[in-house]
Amino acid sequence: MAGALRGGARPTIAAMADETLPPAAAPPRPDDLVIARPEGLYCPPGDFYIDPWKPVERAVVTHGHSDHARPGHAHYLAHADSEGVLRQRLGADITLQTLAYGEAIEHRGVRVSLHPAGHVLGSAQVRLEHGGRVWVASGDYKTEPDGTCAPFEPVPCDTFITESTFGLPIYRWPAQPQLFAEIDAWWRRNAEEGRASVLFCYAFGKAQRILHGVDASIGPVVVHGAVEPLNAVYRAAGVALPPTLRVTDPGVDAALLKRALVLAPPSAQGTPWLRRFGQYADAFASGWMQLRGTRRRRGVDRGFVMSDHADWPGLERAIGATGAQRVIVTHGSVAVMVRWLRECGLDAQGFATEYGEEDEASAPSPAGGGLGRGPAADDADAAGPHPDLPPAGEGESASP
Amino acid sequence: MKAFAALYRDLDASTSRLAKQAALQRYLRAAPHEDAAWAVYFLAGGKPRQLVPVKLLRLLAQEAAGLPEWLFEESYQAVGDLAETIALLLPPPDDAHDLGLAQWVQAHLLPLRGAPADELPERLRTQWRRLAPDERLVYFKLITGAFRVGVSKLQVTQALAAVGGVDAKRVAQRLMGYTHIGARPDAGAYAALIAPEAAQEREAQTSGQPYPFFLAHPFNADVAQFDALLGPPAGWLVEWKWDGIRAQLVKRAGQVWLWSRGEELVTERFPELAAMGEALPDGTVLDGEIVVWRDARAQPFADLQKRIGRKTLGPKLLRDVPVVLLAYDLIEHEGRDLRALPQDKRRALLDELLREVNHPLLIPSPVIEGDDWPQLARLRESARERGVEGMMLKRRDAQYGVGRTKDVGVWWKWKIDPLSIDAVLVYAQRGHGRRASLYTDYTFAVWDGPPGSADRKLVPFAKAYSGLTDAEMARVDAVIRKTTVESFGPVRSVKPTLVFELGFEGIARSTRHKSGVAVRFPRMLRWREDKPVEEADTLQTLEALLPP
Repeated sequence: MAGALRGGARPTIAAMADETLPPAAAPPRPDDLVIARPEGLYCPPGDFYIDPWKPVERAVVTHGHSDHARPGHAHYLAHADSEGVLRQRLGADITLQTLAYGEAIEHRGVRVSLHPAGHVLGSAQVRLEHGGRVWVASGDYKTEPDGTCAPFEPVPCDTFITESTFGLPIYRWPAQPQLFAEIDAWWRRNAEEGRASVLFCYAFGKAQRILHGVDASIGPVVVHGAVEPLNAVYRAAGVALPPTLRVTDPGVDAALLKRALVLAPPSAQGTPWLRRFGQYADAFASGWMQLRGTRRRRGVDRGFVMSDHADWPGLERAIGATGAQRVIVTHGSVAVMVRWLRECGLDAQGFATEYGEEDEASAPSPAGGGLGRGPAADDADAAGPHPDLPPAGEGESASP
Repeated sequence: MKAFAALYRDLDASTSRLAKQAALQRYLRAAPHEDAAWAVYFLAGGKPRQLVPVKLLRLLAQEAAGLPEWLFEESYQAVGDLAETIALLLPPPDDAHDLGLAQWVQAHLLPLRGAPADELPERLRTQWRRLAPDERLVYFKLITGAFRVGVSKLQVTQALAAVGGVDAKRVAQRLMGYTHIGARPDAGAYAALIAPEAAQEREAQTSGQPYPFFLAHPFNADVAQFDALLGPPAGWLVEWKWDGIRAQLVKRAGQVWLWSRGEELVTERFPELAAMGEALPDGTVLDGEIVVWRDARAQPFADLQKRIGRKTLGPKLLRDVPVVLLAYDLIEHEGRDLRALPQDKRRALLDELLREVNHPLLIPSPVIEGDDWPQLARLRESARERGVEGMMLKRRDAQYGVGRTKDVGVWWKWKIDPLSIDAVLVYAQRGHGRRASLYTDYTFAVWDGPPGSADRKLVPFAKAYSGLTDAEMARVDAVIRKTTVESFGPVRSVKPTLVFELGFEGIARSTRHKSGVAVRFPRMLRWREDKPVEEADTLQTLEALLPP
């Protein structure tokens, strides 16, 4: 049949109004240990910020991704394993104090300690104790252990501040062994057929997880210039990674590349840097690859469902394990998570934040997380225009 | 079912045509014929009638996943595909099976249609509990009828041709009607698709099967270049390009079949044309356009639509919306396949046949005469008044090709420029498929008064979702997220800031639309970032485009 008529207004809008999600934001309460300020999450009794996005006097930094660790603060506090990345990215001369996991300091009467978040090397949840109350700000976290960083530990608290990057029940990650079996099989088949296997992944965290988990006996591993400095940081922290090559290394020739696994940041997609690999197969590793739509929009052959963030069951478990009665949701599917937690009987609200720029939080977030703002700072040497969706506005936050 | 789900995954996991072709051939060679028969049916676009009401399916899936309705809806909006959403949300399987695709389709899926309502839930649950996640995606796609995996019918045809060692055009011919809505392809039907070509293959002539439609290519060049590109008009058969339903009328062994271009059998939709077909001699296949015909001219497509949507065709409708077949090609005559004859010859035979039959509902599509291209171009200016889309240019020596080919001759469609108007984006909805989760489907409005008039409002009049590049789409998406006024489920109303030039093929009055007009094939021609919202067009400008 010839096409259908498509003109016309939308008559049913008013009828759908009752489906609107509830407003997630709520005003701070007098005794809150953490409140949202224009500069970032702020602890009033301690007079410091957690992962602030504007320059402040004192900042506790949960991990080294650029949307959480920003330049310009006078004093930084972070986990010892974050030091390498922070100094690499923010400057060797930043004023940085580090803690081990579980080690506590007192600051203006607030007891501050860091606990493993399982997100990337050095990632930490921040535990705050003051006046008999305990709050935990979790930054970004992942509940399944991956062998490249200390695994997530639930920290009992009264109020838990959580992310919700993948806060929809459609996100359930495959188990790590299954994931690596898929990646290995893809690489092995490409190598047998004489094709390079270009796997796009974020340079900090994801790349090292892949290196740590793949079967390096399949062939050589080549990494993009944006990835190698972070490999060095991981190796220095004692994480076992197989040997990696740069394309400029002696002995790296066309024959070798045909069998290689190539790790490159997403911003390298579509750039001249990839020409040297000839007829390569490509893939993208991200939690967003769970959906056919995002996978196809990426324009790669394969999508591997691999995330540094908790999936829906992970978020549920993590929140439950804290025993917190109050939960504050910072980024991702904020409105959805807040409504869900409220229906589960918890006191839930949202915080408007500016997180979600570097890692996966920058992919198109279905429940309104917005689109990425393009290459992150560490991808800068992947010259050339970003082939994927270009920079876009901020993600949807707590306000409706 | 497992092998078919694996094929689906392979096809879906690749963007390479070669890899997809290889996967198709691998599957077809390995699969039992009864399974391959159904695989080809679905891959080539076949859809059985609705098996389960979508509402019920959603409800059961939501219950099984243990989610409240709103959260299921949020998930669906993020995924953009119901089958995929359900497959992602269901708890893992707790049973297994080793049934093939054909068994699943025939013993489990098809019987769902018409099963007692109180049995459906248990039957569905029992079925999906046995299926692995991969299989579930395919299973639900078969149920929801949204089975698309980025494989064209042409690719399926090529794979069959390679597997059977048969000419692809012959396979295309054999595939005609294969995906008919009521079809039940079996091992024999599949074997017939890939069978060696018989010396005198006459399958088309003994059944109601149509021929693969020969499709035109767009032609847009400056008239000054026509001579250089096409040679003089004398080498071309020029006709109007009708805005109706492309159809083949098949008359064989005393029976009449009417097929639309989508290979749908529409005989019952147009009883007067079926009756007209009785007057044709056996062994005749006509190609032409079904149009609403009144006062010796074609009426807008909107009129035809009044009939397409109806389940029952009462005498009043048949009287009010009378149709004819404007015939422009004769592809079978006296039981002979004429496709290898030149266009000229076929047309001469067509004209002769139509004179003999002399039926008021069978009208030859007029041949347009012109001495040179500029003269024809001037005549084409009158297309809109005539209610046509432009002109068709058919090479006089062209054979009747298969599909969108150019190897044995060519048809060009030389369409007039679309009507256009600058409109304001007022609502946005998230897209589906590869646009899932991006705001890509828009509703556009024009002002109901001239600039400066007090209290003028924006009146929605059209929806459009094509015409932007991926990069533009992402930018518009970002603006929509920033300028959202309200969300209504999947729809957002936005502060009017975005102006687009909308193109459309036609415009008609409509009582069903608040704006009072309905436009045909609206799409975005360009983003008018230079134009302030106040300078967007008005309802008056839109109405001025209405035909007299």
